[in-house]
Amino acid sequence: MDEVVKMKAENVNFFYGKTQALKDISLDIHAHSVTAIIGPSGCGKSTFIRLLNRMNDLIPHTQLIGRVYLDCQDVFSHAADPVELRRRVGMVFQKPNPFPKSIFENIAYGLHVNNIKDKDFVETRVIESLKKAALWEEVRHRLHESALKLSGGQQQRLCIARCLAVSPEVILFDEPCASLDPISTAKIEELILELKKEYTIVIVTHNMQQAARVADYTAFFLLGELIEFNKTQELFTAPKDKKTEAYITGRFG
Amino acid sequence: MRNPQRTEKIAFFFLFLATLVIALPVGLVVIIIISKGLPAINWQFLSDIPRQGMRSGGIFPAIMGTVYLVTGAIIFALPIGLLAAVYLSEYAKDNLLTRVIKLAIVNLAGVPSVVYGLFGLALFVVFFKFGASILSGSLTLGIMILPIIITASREALESVPYSFREVSYSLGASKWQTIRHIVLPNAIPGILTGTILGLGRAAGETAPILFTVAAFYLPQLPKSIFDQAMALPYHLYVISTQVPNVDEKIRYATALVLLVLVLCMNLVAILIRYQFRKRKKW
Ligand SMILES: Nc1ncnc2c1ncn2[C@@H]1O[C@H](COP(=O)(O)OP(=O)(O)O)[C@@H](O)[C@H]1O
Ligand SMILES: [Mg+2]
Repeated sequence: MDEVVKMKAENVNFFYGKTQALKDISLDIHAHSVTAIIGPSGCGKSTFIRLLNRMNDLIPHTQLIGRVYLDCQDVFSHAADPVELRRRVGMVFQKPNPFPKSIFENIAYGLHVNNIKDKDFVETRVIESLKKAALWEEVRHRLHESALKLSGGQQQRLCIARCLAVSPEVILFDEPCASLDPISTAKIEELILELKKEYTIVIVTHNMQQAARVADYTAFFLLGELIEFNKTQELFTAPKDKKTEAYITGRFG
Repeated sequence: MRNPQRTEKIAFFFLFLATLVIALPVGLVVIIIISKGLPAINWQFLSDIPRQGMRSGGIFPAIMGTVYLVTGAIIFALPIGLLAAVYLSEYAKDNLLTRVIKLAIVNLAGVPSVVYGLFGLALFVVFFKFGASILSGSLTLGIMILPIIITASREALESVPYSFREVSYSLGASKWQTIRHIVLPNAIPGILTGTILGLGRAAGETAPILFTVAAFYLPQLPKSIFDQAMALPYHLYVISTQVPNVDEKIRYATALVLLVLVLCMNLVAILIRYQFRKRKKW
């Protein structure tokens, strides 16, 4: 496991209007590892990872105090470009959300908007991404059919492939298995373990078993605060905080 | 005792009755126009100029005039309406000014058409000195249907799921790229619906063209957009009220042609919309 810090949150506070959703959060995300964020609904998990690729910029009337770094560069500085950041920090959402386009077009979209027009290159990259997302064998003969014909689990892997196609360095997963059946979930988890060799991964989940299975590090959030952050094994076997213990033993949340 | 099955039947009866009350007059209008107008329709009626003080001959100049006017109105109103709708629903900040503009647009859709006619007369005919011409008429009709197109387009744009935009941004697309490649293609069916409504309105109104373009009798086709033209709704008005002893058949036939013309234009838009709907589903 690599100890290089890929992303870093430093004293992050975040407000929706006047409601504070994150309170003074500092957290390191290590390169080539999986960091899980767990906690009950509404504790700010999504808000936190959406700061990492500045998706919260799109919501009006929000305010951030604190800093977020990618490779030691402040991603919220005036010089930083959110569009550029999102190319480097990709995201897979809770609900599979393919565009109403063909499988091929879905994956090529990210390249297209990044002005990569070379046909051969695009095609190679699409195939490569599908293979990495373990979807190639299932769709190789129907690349030009609508992506909406795929099953939920396949759609989610398509979304992962779409994200991989733009070659991000970090991938954020926001409860990627929340709407999937156990078999599809297992496939995605296996995939995440495979992807961490090449990418840095942050995954939000409220399924503790999932965090224990895939994550190297786990952060426990509660009511907008970071209660505990540690190597997954230590956090689950020897939680330092009473609240963490209560949560992982299922006493609340 | 209440019998759910009987309640169901009563409810069905009234719902059906309401639908019938709406459908019946429409059906009757169509039937009457067809039965009275169809006998007068032949090739000469469609392709000839009006003759003998519009009591015989054809209505070709009026058909073409209406086609020109409606096309002109759409060419003018669709791009501007679409751009305004994109601005209002994607870019404009939600502040007092924006809300006032949105409210004004919704209300403009309810302004009586004769008001647009007077407006067109003052602005295009007199102020810009376009005279009574196809240009003035098209612009006036265009302005009249702008609110319809803007309102329908805004609804279509805003109904594109937020999650599509979100993914697009997350892949490193800019705002304009997201609008251009994701939002607009998915909004086209709704935008076309607005265009269809606008088209029908532009083809059928008499008041806006009365002072801005319509010629009482002009037995040749216009040569440029600065010429006057005949138009079907106005021609219908003229032969129904201004010219004595016009055969009833001719009046109904003119109405039938107007009806079919609007239907044909709608059909084109509906076919395009169907093509897009078939491809996009979420
Ligand atoms: N767009 C928003 N506007 C206002 N409040 C929001 C918005 N999104 C989330 N919140 C609030 O912020 C808090 C954290 O939400 P979220 O980050 O979605 O939690 P989680 O992902 O852990 O369930 C919640 O109280 C939620 O109501
Ligand atoms: Mg969430």
